[in-house]
Amino acid sequence: MITLILYSLLALSLIGLISAVILYFVSQKFKVIEDPKIDEITELLPAANCGGCGYAGCRNFAEAIVRQGNLDNIHCPVGGNSLVKLIAPILGIEAQESEPQVAVIRCNGSKENAPSKAIYDSVQTCSFAHALFAGENGCPNGCLGCGDCVVSCKFDAMYMDETTGLPVIITDNCVACGACVKACPRNIIELRNKGKKDRRIYVDCINKEKGAVALKNCTVTCIGCGKCVKVCPFDAITLINNLAYIDDEKCKLCRKCAPVCPTGAIIEIGFPPRKENVETASNEEKA
Amino acid sequence: MKTFTLGGIHPKGNKLSAQAPIEIFPIPEKVYIMVTQHLGAPSTVIVNKGDRVKVGTLVAKADAFICANVHSSVSGIVEKIDEINDASGYRKSTIIIKVENDEWEENIDRSTNLNRECKLNSKEIVQRIKDSGIVGLGGATFPTHVKYMVPEGKKADFLIINGVECEPYLTSDHAIMLEKAEEIMIGIEILMKALGSKKAMIGIEKNKPDAIKKMQEIASKYNKIEIYPLKVKYPQGAEKQLIKALTGREVPSGKLPIEVGCVVNNIGTALAVYEAVQKNKPLIERVVTVSGKSVKKPSNLRVRIGTPCQLLIDHAGGIPEDTGKIISGGPMMGKALRSPEMPVTKGTSGILLMTEKESKREASSMCIRCAKCVNACPMGLEPYLLQMYVESLRFEDAENHKIMDCIECGSCQYTCPANRELLDYIRVGKSKVGAMMRSRTRK
Repeated sequence: MITLILYSLLALSLIGLISAVILYFVSQKFKVIEDPKIDEITELLPAANCGGCGYAGCRNFAEAIVRQGNLDNIHCPVGGNSLVKLIAPILGIEAQESEPQVAVIRCNGSKENAPSKAIYDSVQTCSFAHALFAGENGCPNGCLGCGDCVVSCKFDAMYMDETTGLPVIITDNCVACGACVKACPRNIIELRNKGKKDRRIYVDCINKEKGAVALKNCTVTCIGCGKCVKVCPFDAITLINNLAYIDDEKCKLCRKCAPVCPTGAIIEIGFPPRKENVETASNEEKA
Repeated sequence: MKTFTLGGIHPKGNKLSAQAPIEIFPIPEKVYIMVTQHLGAPSTVIVNKGDRVKVGTLVAKADAFICANVHSSVSGIVEKIDEINDASGYRKSTIIIKVENDEWEENIDRSTNLNRECKLNSKEIVQRIKDSGIVGLGGATFPTHVKYMVPEGKKADFLIINGVECEPYLTSDHAIMLEKAEEIMIGIEILMKALGSKKAMIGIEKNKPDAIKKMQEIASKYNKIEIYPLKVKYPQGAEKQLIKALTGREVPSGKLPIEVGCVVNNIGTALAVYEAVQKNKPLIERVVTVSGKSVKKPSNLRVRIGTPCQLLIDHAGGIPEDTGKIISGGPMMGKALRSPEMPVTKGTSGILLMTEKESKREASSMCIRCAKCVNACPMGLEPYLLQMYVESLRFEDAENHKIMDCIECGSCQYTCPANRELLDYIRVGKSKVGAMMRSRTRK
């Protein structure tokens, strides 16, 4: 009995020893030399693997940074500027700040503004509804309200407002990874600069139809009248295909465009309430 | 009696308008002629606002391979060229014509006498079909002339004519067979000449005994045309299923019927070909069934293309109060209309007014793995699996399981005891996989 145990012990230790020697030489032969910076940077990343940077995951992002050696044209939207400050010393470069961004939903076709004219009772998926029909309210460009964007958000930054039937973005949670932008079949969601003190002005509509046609479906649509373009002192607004667009790089948040919009399609976010005299002042200026 | 082997379902026939004769519908005050009424590339508008047109005047020209001409169905003045909502609510380019009198183009023969002799050769016939803007009138609206350009090395042994009309409610083909049997036969002879095939087979489901009898009576005069009564089963009117039922041949996955030496056309198309070739009359009108359980007067109407559906519904007794959905086409494959103002197009085979109860979808629940959908699928697919692949965005797997072979007949969804939205998901998957395949070939 004892000898049996002894033999098996010996045999097993011998196998173990031989394998160890083989493994040692194999590991020497096939050694992969990896930049230790990659590990260092991966440690710092958010580890959300959201794909917002354009790479498959955080590790791939770290590899790409180390390969490139600098932070040009490569950015982790989740980590933002604070992350850049941490990564830059590892790479031995100076940190450059970029403007933080946030997703905005460019449709205000709520149940009140754009009442339903049809009932959709199939699969609650925007991509399918988009392929099938124009939408319950009839607007061929507006929000379908099935919530593909909400499903795509990995940061709990979106929810569906039951009363309006539109998705809402929780700005504090939004990291501008762009998942919702890709999920929306109608390209309604856009990443815009967060703006000073979280203040933003944008056209809350992407309808390219002619004004008279668009108004039949929705009361807050952009009708392409061009009043905002005329009033903008910074040439920040362009009008293409009956649709105004405010360039967030050029916009100085002067708030002159919003009061002239006849349908209220231009939305101001984060500003203090407008005083009476401001409105009259802008009207005088226009005259 | 023949039928196809794989899958299939038996929905209630509900052929309410089967005994209604074809009524000539009066010309409306205004017609809305959609520029793209066919499957394929859009046509180009060649008239301008204020132009005077006659019945049969070419108003939109085909300038791509898979494309069809569009003709004016009335005489009058082009009021404007605008965009109007189509069935889905998306806006499509449309020619709006204000009707004045009923003047026809001079070269159209409006007499009703039969013209049996066809002097044109094969190429000229196909050209005439192309010029007349004929598309498949079963509902898919595939340009007919394309089917007759048989690729080199292939031969069409059989011309198969589809008189199955397996969709419940619809009776337009049935009515045509009863009233225009003689014309259809001449049309089929012309098509056979164009194709160079030796035999034509007409498949008719046995729930239309009067049509079978009438067609057999007339076909006995033509030795190359044979009538085959078929067992009633949906979707027998689908191209691939009909070929299987009549010839026993199976079209390979992703291939066209010509691969097995067949060309399939609808009864209505054969009639349109007769009128185009022998009478020089382009496709300007079609027979539309207006039906539904609570419709006062289910009817078959011969309608000019571009007539608003609302007028047809009014003619059949108006929209009943308990209407839940208005469907263009049959209840299985048709599409719900956003509004009844939509005009009749070349593909409108019927207008159905479904009651609230009929059109309501029951809540769907978990798949219970009963495999009823697998048994029902006429293409031998696994609908439950495809649905799950699409739901979890596994489009490569869906492609490997032949999602593109789905003919969207809806048998799976009809038979599902858990009311799962199988076809809806498969359609999403098909559009995604299709886009994926196109981007691959582009690279």
